Amino acid sequence: MQSANGAVVATEALTRSFGARRAVDGVTLSVGTGETLALFGPNGAGKTTLLRMLGGLLRPSSGKAQIGDAILPGGPEVRGRIGVISHQTLLYDALTARENVEFAARLYRVRDPRDKATEALDRMRVLDRADTPVRALSRGLRQRVSVARAIVHSPSVVLADEPFTGLDVAGAKALASLLGELRAAGAALILVTHNIDEGLGLATHAAIMDRGRLVRHEIRSAVNPSSFAREYQELVSANG
Amino acid sequence: MGELLRDAWLIARKDMSIEFRTRSAFLSAIVFALLAIVIFYFAWDATAVSAIDLAPGVLWIIFTFSGLLGMHRSFGVEQPDHAIDGLLASPVSRESIFLGKALASLVFVSAVQVIAIPAVALFYNLPIGSVAIPLAMIALLAAVGLVAVGTLFSAMAVNTRLAELLLPMLALPFFVPIVIPAAQATAKLMSGRPVGDAVGWLKLLVAFDIVFIVACTLAYPFTLEE
Repeated sequence: MQSANGAVVATEALTRSFGARRAVDGVTLSVGTGETLALFGPNGAGKTTLLRMLGGLLRPSSGKAQIGDAILPGGPEVRGRIGVISHQTLLYDALTARENVEFAARLYRVRDPRDKATEALDRMRVLDRADTPVRALSRGLRQRVSVARAIVHSPSVVLADEPFTGLDVAGAKALASLLGELRAAGAALILVTHNIDEGLGLATHAAIMDRGRLVRHEIRSAVNPSSFAREYQELVSANG
Repeated sequence: MGELLRDAWLIARKDMSIEFRTRSAFLSAIVFALLAIVIFYFAWDATAVSAIDLAPGVLWIIFTFSGLLGMHRSFGVEQPDHAIDGLLASPVSRESIFLGKALASLVFVSAVQVIAIPAVALFYNLPIGSVAIPLAMIALLAAVGLVAVGTLFSAMAVNTRLAELLLPMLALPFFVPIVIPAAQATAKLMSGRPVGDAVGWLKLLVAFDIVFIVACTLAYPFTLEE
């Protein structure tokens, strides 16, 4: 899964423009096995666009992105290794939680999709609502199902865009524990969040994005949380 | 090829499950079809136009517009929580997504036809019993072409603010090469002519089906570019 230089996810001068506007502007980063990059940035900084390119949902305008040795947007084999947690749930309202997760398991060609769906729902502490249509679930429970959907195939790369949105304390704890387990199993995580404590709590690396560029990117142990939070808040206020 | 079809079936089955649960588009299409038949019936002057001349046109106008309701829903079900991103991020090929959507729409349109054809026959007092099988074949062949085109344009229109308006505007011109041979073949059968008389139109219908299925399947991935 790693590329020749050891990175699971790597980008080089990755750029995406929409018309004249550069949503992502020359981003270079790498995330290795068992590493978590917490990515912060004000609204419109380009974080979601970056994740969409890494998830194969959007073509870069220029630059390069790789998952292992495969250059994105890759084929089915590469997409099969990625788990996408979006701030949209990616679920079907009319189907039950179990049907949604099982459908995803089948899309990813998971063996025993029903059992794996049950296991994923259990890991997100939502198994007791497995047979409830998603439309009848609260926002937080939907988010839990959405996370179960994203990890049902045990991805080696997880792209999480504000995954804690709508989760209560128990849900956030279950998600943090799950992301920790995935990381311990060797998955590379990129976590977009606005919550400094949650992000830094899970991260091995932290970065701040602004106007499409990475303006700060360093190893977690070198980050002073209070100065990092202050810098981030100043950036958000300046963009506000 | 096996994976392509397996994935297409998986997506089609999911779409059919959703439609079976909600029945919103199907019921709308059936109500539309029956209302249209009634309106055409009461607008019809039997002394000016015979039922045999009018019925095929009525039938195909109804199929075309009621089918659009289902095709609009095809990618519409993916919209509320951006579920389409879940499909696109998965290892399933873009062609499988298209074929799955088209297959679900084909079932939808065929189900509408199963109700609308007997209803038209009833209103216009047409003896279709003897031509039921060839008529069903024509309906199915035409439905294949309609859903191929309709599914492609549904994918294009769904992200626009005027999707309900844009889909018919884009799709209807491409429906014409399907609807003309289908209506002509239907007219020949309903007027009691032998099936052999409709073969020329059927060949044309099959040719357009093949062209539209191949072209739309290949074109679909390009509709996903942002």
